[in-house]
Amino acid sequence: MYSYTEFDDAFLAERNAQFRAQVERRIDGSLTEDEFKPLRLMNGLYLQLHAYMLRVAIPYGTLNGAQMHKLADIAEKWDKGYGHFTTRQNIQYNWPKLRDVPDMLDALAEVNMHAIQTSGNTIRNVTADHFAGAAADEVADPRPVAELIRQWSTDHPEFQFLPRKFKVAVSGAAHDRAVIKAHDIGLQIVEQDGVLGFQVIVGGGLGRTPMIGKVLYDFVASEDLLPTLEAIVSVYNLLGRRDNKYKARIKITVHENGIEDIRTRVDERYALIRPQFTGVDQQMLARIEADFAKPTFKTAPLDAYAAAYDSDPIFRSWADTNLSDHHAPGYAIVSISLKAHGATPGDATSQQMHVMADLAATYGHDELRISHEQNVILPHVHRSDLPALHAALKNVGLATANIGLISDIIACPGMDYCALATARSIPIAQEIATRFDELKLEHEVGPLKIKISGCINACGHHHVGHIGILGLDRAGVENYQITLGGDGSEDAAIGERAGPGFAADEIIPAVERLVFGYLDLRQDPSETFLQTYRRLGLAPFKAALYPEARANAA
Amino acid sequence: MAKPFTPKVVTANALLEGDVIYQTATGWTRDLAKAEVLTDEADADLRMIDASQQIDLVVGVYLADVDPDPVPQPVHFREAFRAKGPSNYAHGKQETL
Ligand code: HEM
Ligand code: SF4
Repeated sequence: MYSYTEFDDAFLAERNAQFRAQVERRIDGSLTEDEFKPLRLMNGLYLQLHAYMLRVAIPYGTLNGAQMHKLADIAEKWDKGYGHFTTRQNIQYNWPKLRDVPDMLDALAEVNMHAIQTSGNTIRNVTADHFAGAAADEVADPRPVAELIRQWSTDHPEFQFLPRKFKVAVSGAAHDRAVIKAHDIGLQIVEQDGVLGFQVIVGGGLGRTPMIGKVLYDFVASEDLLPTLEAIVSVYNLLGRRDNKYKARIKITVHENGIEDIRTRVDERYALIRPQFTGVDQQMLARIEADFAKPTFKTAPLDAYAAAYDSDPIFRSWADTNLSDHHAPGYAIVSISLKAHGATPGDATSQQMHVMADLAATYGHDELRISHEQNVILPHVHRSDLPALHAALKNVGLATANIGLISDIIACPGMDYCALATARSIPIAQEIATRFDELKLEHEVGPLKIKISGCINACGHHHVGHIGILGLDRAGVENYQITLGGDGSEDAAIGERAGPGFAADEIIPAVERLVFGYLDLRQDPSETFLQTYRRLGLAPFKAALYPEARANAA
Repeated sequence: MAKPFTPKVVTANALLEGDVIYQTATGWTRDLAKAEVLTDEADADLRMIDASQQIDLVVGVYLADVDPDPVPQPVHFREAFRAKGPSNYAHGKQETL
């Protein structure tokens, strides 16, 4: 995988030393909070409800065993023995003390990790398909270009004070697992006449004004990508609104000016700056690609796998749900669920992190990924190793067979941690998962994505949940609004609001009614919730959600 | 006539630990029940100014409504979480209170 150059190391050491001095000056009172806040945010340090929170970037979600071990050590030494993996492929520590943060950052630097540009109006951590480099349906690995974009954007002098934060996602497969249409820029690697290039999508985003990104260019050749991105960001830097924080994201710029106008401006800017890109970036890319060379895959008999699959129903259920197709023969992609029924979505204890790191080293070519769905992926595991891997995961509560099912819920921290929240989201996720586990229904219900946010900022992606839940404060009481039919895949769609919200004690029964309604409505067990919704529209689901309204109308 | 003043406490986060604290007559407490209740608007403004100046101790000072009897208790659910800790783990104040 990509490893830091000396330049990166020196840069990081200097940044950390700088921040250590800033923390000292804050503690002795020579910096006020107003002066310190932008500095700490630039280093990933937030103040939440009960404590500080440190957000650590995991670029394109890729980690090795040593890095995962270090994340576990940090959780143990300076936090409460766990970490929270987020939808932005970050890890968050919820309980650091201000004085300890510089030491935490130094510990991260030992394994080439940092918390830079996880906040602020900069180009954020570039995200990529979590199955990158492994998926059977992949045109090319999106991570080298994600890394190239990271290097180009990190500390880019022109882009440190954008109108608003800027998020880029890259996918190399036809099936979009990186929600690229809900990012400021989404890139899809495509092949045209045997040449690889990028479809460029701009202006997607969630939050208060959700938008699906629009295609700016159908095909941009690899060597033209960085100048194109630079042209887009500089058009946005000039045109993006700085007068109103809620209208500052590029999605609004695109919406207000229209995609054609943006394209004209980007074309003009591109023509101007293209000559500055002399191909150095392509040499860098070639070097980075070498760092992402595929592991040497092995061949081994599959008898042990077949035997376990035939004889052990628990293993079979896990294999059916948590494995995905790998491009290499005999291999599988393993999704480790961080969604044990009733647990906090995305949380892993130090012990669990250590076990996952060890398993990656033993069975997975030392690679791990964090998915935006808050699970951990072992991208390269030979099927002959799966029975042993499954047994080891089971020992530490990591063998839940629910990937893509109703209990595989995305939930933001909500009012249990987040200072911006209007309601809690974690307990709602816990209760839904617990309830459907009791009902023993989730495998029958099949693929269904529930996503929960604790406020309109939509960190829990509720707009693109098949069932989205948004927590609000209605006159001092938690209230939950349901949206239906959202989709974060290549067929991206924003969910429709179903109707009036529900109190905290009504929301679980409401979701239950929806799911039972779906079971009645589907043509056959192969028709998913989303397909049924697309066939029938909102009305029958609404009737299931609000039975009183139907009774009253009758 | 002036709007009746809802009783309040001055609250903030501690600079070093980041945890929730409340102003008392003489300093700060981590226990809402021990906070000083302010029933007069002018007095509350003064206490806010005093608190906001303690930049090497506290962050994010504001006034929060409380129900004063028999000891100060949160009115809004957000303040209830701040006073207690998160609901998914017994972490935060509920560990020690
Ligand atoms: C707890 C501290 C957090 C704070 C203060 C925070 C703040 C925000 C804010 C203000 C926005 C809206 C930005 C805008 O539309 O301009 C936002 C969006 C977002 N946040 Fe967070 N967030 C927090 C935690 C998280 C977590 C834990 C995740 C991942 C689980 C996350 C992922 C996202 C995502 C995916 C968006 C996307 C909406 C978009 O950019 O279109 N955030 N966040
Ligand atoms: S959606 Fe709102 S409550 Fe949830 S993490 Fe984001 S800002 Fe906080």
